[in-house]
Amino acid sequence: MSFEEKSTWAYSVIAIALAVIYFALVLGQLPQTAAGDITFQVPLVAAIGATIGLTILAHIVVAIAAPDDAGKRDQRDKDINRYGEYVGGLVLGVAATVPLILALAEADHFWIANTIYLAFILSATAGSIVKIVAYRRGF
Amino acid sequence: MVRPTRVTNEIRRLRFANAEMTQAELGDRIGVTRQTIIAIEQGRYSPSLEMAFQIAGVFGVPLDEVFGYVDSEATTS
Repeated sequence: MSFEEKSTWAYSVIAIALAVIYFALVLGQLPQTAAGDITFQVPLVAAIGATIGLTILAHIVVAIAAPDDAGKRDQRDKDINRYGEYVGGLVLGVAATVPLILALAEADHFWIANTIYLAFILSATAGSIVKIVAYRRGF
Repeated sequence: MVRPTRVTNEIRRLRFANAEMTQAELGDRIGVTRQTIIAIEQGRYSPSLEMAFQIAGVFGVPLDEVFGYVDSEATTS
C-alpha cells in the first residue's frame, strides 16, 4: 500500500470517527434540549481541530512506519487524488444546498452550522471512498 | 479481478528478461512507486504516454513491444 493510500485511509477513518462522536454527543441532546439552546460551538471546533491534528499525527506515524515510502507521490497518486477531489466537490456542492436553504429560511444557527459540517464530512467520505476504490480496484 | 483498462503490457516478462528486475527497481528508475508498477502490470492503471515511453526506455525496446491495446469493437466487427 502506497504512502498516499495509507494517508487516505487514515484521513477517512479519523474524519468519520470524529464526526460520529460529535453528532452522537450533540444530536443526543436534542430530545431534552431545544436546538437553539445546545452549546455546539466548542464541540464543533474541537471535532474539526482534532480531525486536522490527528490526520497530521497519522501522516507522521505512517511516514515513520515506512520511511522509504514517506512523501512519495507519483502520477497515479495525483490522478486518483484529482478524481477523488472531483467527486468530493460534487457531493459538497449538492450537500451545501441544505444549509443554504436553511439560511434562507432563517433556521437556527445550530442547524445551519451542523449541516455545513455534515456536508464537509459527506464530501470527505465520498472523496475518500472513490480514492480507495480507485487504489484497490483500478483507475 | 477488475481490468478497467484495455491497455495490455509485457512488463512482467521484460523485467524477468532484464536480470529479473524488481518492481521497486523499475519504479525507482522512472520515478514512480512500486504500487504503481504493480497496478500497471495488473491492468489496473493505464500509464500516461510519457510514463509508457519511460518504461520502454528502461528496457531499451520500442513502445509497442511493451504495451498493446485490445480494441474489442474492432475485433468483434
